Amino acid sequence: MLSAQNFGESGKMKEYHYTGPVEHRFSPYAFNGGTVLAVAGEDFAIVASDTRLSEGYSIHSRDSPKCYKLTDTTVIGCSGFHGDCLTLTKIIDARLKMYKHSNNKTMTSGAIAAMLSTILYSRRFFPYYVYNIIGGLDEQGKGAVYSFDPVGSYQRDTYKAGGSASAMLQPLLDNQIGFKNMEGVEHVPLSKDKAVQLVKDVFISAAERDVYTGDALRICIITKEGIQEQNIPLRKD
Amino acid sequence: MTQIPSSQASQSVSVRRPFPLSHGTTTLGFIFQGGVIAAADTRASAGGLVACPAVHKITPIHSHLVVTSSGSGADCMLWERILIREIRLYQLRHKRRLSIRGTAKLLSFMLHPFKGTDVCVALTLCGWDKDDSVENLEETLGTTDDCSPSVSKDVLSKTNLQCCSGPKLIYVCSDGARLQGDIFSVGSGSPYAYGVLDGSLRWSLSKEEAISLAREAVFRATHRDAYSGNNVDLFHVTAEGWKQRQREDLKEEYYRDMEKKGKKIDLKMQKLPK
Repeated sequence: MLSAQNFGESGKMKEYHYTGPVEHRFSPYAFNGGTVLAVAGEDFAIVASDTRLSEGYSIHSRDSPKCYKLTDTTVIGCSGFHGDCLTLTKIIDARLKMYKHSNNKTMTSGAIAAMLSTILYSRRFFPYYVYNIIGGLDEQGKGAVYSFDPVGSYQRDTYKAGGSASAMLQPLLDNQIGFKNMEGVEHVPLSKDKAVQLVKDVFISAAERDVYTGDALRICIITKEGIQEQNIPLRKD
Repeated sequence: MTQIPSSQASQSVSVRRPFPLSHGTTTLGFIFQGGVIAAADTRASAGGLVACPAVHKITPIHSHLVVTSSGSGADCMLWERILIREIRLYQLRHKRRLSIRGTAKLLSFMLHPFKGTDVCVALTLCGWDKDDSVENLEETLGTTDDCSPSVSKDVLSKTNLQCCSGPKLIYVCSDGARLQGDIFSVGSGSPYAYGVLDGSLRWSLSKEEAISLAREAVFRATHRDAYSGNNVDLFHVTAEGWKQRQREDLKEEYYRDMEKKGKKIDLKMQKLPK
């Protein structure tokens, strides 16, 4: 591409510099794209993800959702490198079963979050390239969202976006759910229907501007009645 | 069970991470007549993005010890967790609480195998050592490492009482440094915080003055450092334990500061000769 760098001060084109062959080392990681979002309400939690699986300029699949059901009250969204997402969810499932067999009860959302933190940190020097967000209900029945970084640092939030379009979605959520950077607005608590509508709108915006996000949207709504799933089509281009 | 990752420093092939980890902060701690103040900002940045605007960088370890963390977010969180576990185990095994100096030493030795690796942890232990009774001291005198066996026990017990009890501030980092001091500031915003603290810090400050000085130092640092910002957390440790102040948004502080400056400029204009 011709840019200002190719032209010298006098306006004449610079000599083409031959930098020599570049060695590409094998990278064990790949970036498969995808965006995940989770919102916690008073008595519900929502985990949503797009369903596009891409690599480079190609799309591997249009129907590969990134939300995984862990228990009746917890859903995890994993985006990043799909290979690590699959392995990580397998490990979490195995650990959940082990806990159930030794302690005769299901793991709570907070306990799953703490366990995931240690699982991720055990691979501190060869990390799982996964951005995780756990959404669920805590012991009191209130909505809980736990967001992670790839090496296990985590925090309980009210809302969080992760994945390729996270930098675009997070400011929008800060404004609409957190009422940040607005003066003189009434802080209305979020109802379930409003939250679902907001999630749909937010993903439609993400699909417009992020190439790795699109195709369809899978929403998991977690209430004390159980987990309800919705599929909404998004832009396919 | 928290599994400490095996140190793979001997591995020749290192994997290049495709993502940035959270870094960048301003934390500070200082000792004054009323105890120890620990203050920190609440921003976690990953590359150029604010990964989280509301992180807790000051964590209580036990009732008389808080630790401020700086460096990589995940490393600090996990190492604090490991430290809490080890301190609790020590307390259960030895029926007494480990001193702040002992805690710092334990942490430093636990971090040593990871020297040279990617682990980036810089913790400031801010705490208050309880007065140990003399009987306890005589039991444990054999284990203190900085006493030579030829010195008499009376002298030892006196010096130990003086150096063991009271406010303590110790800095431990993953490079292996372990330093005791009266004032520490760690992180990308620390030069700005040091400037403010060095200017006004005195032993005789009252509690309110010390708290407002700490807040001012963090505020100035967040103003100038891009990787620090959002809110300020303040902890005050005394002989009774730690107390946390409510988290304050520095945006408000900035507007108040601008108003003050506005008034000052007006006064100056009035004094100009016509």
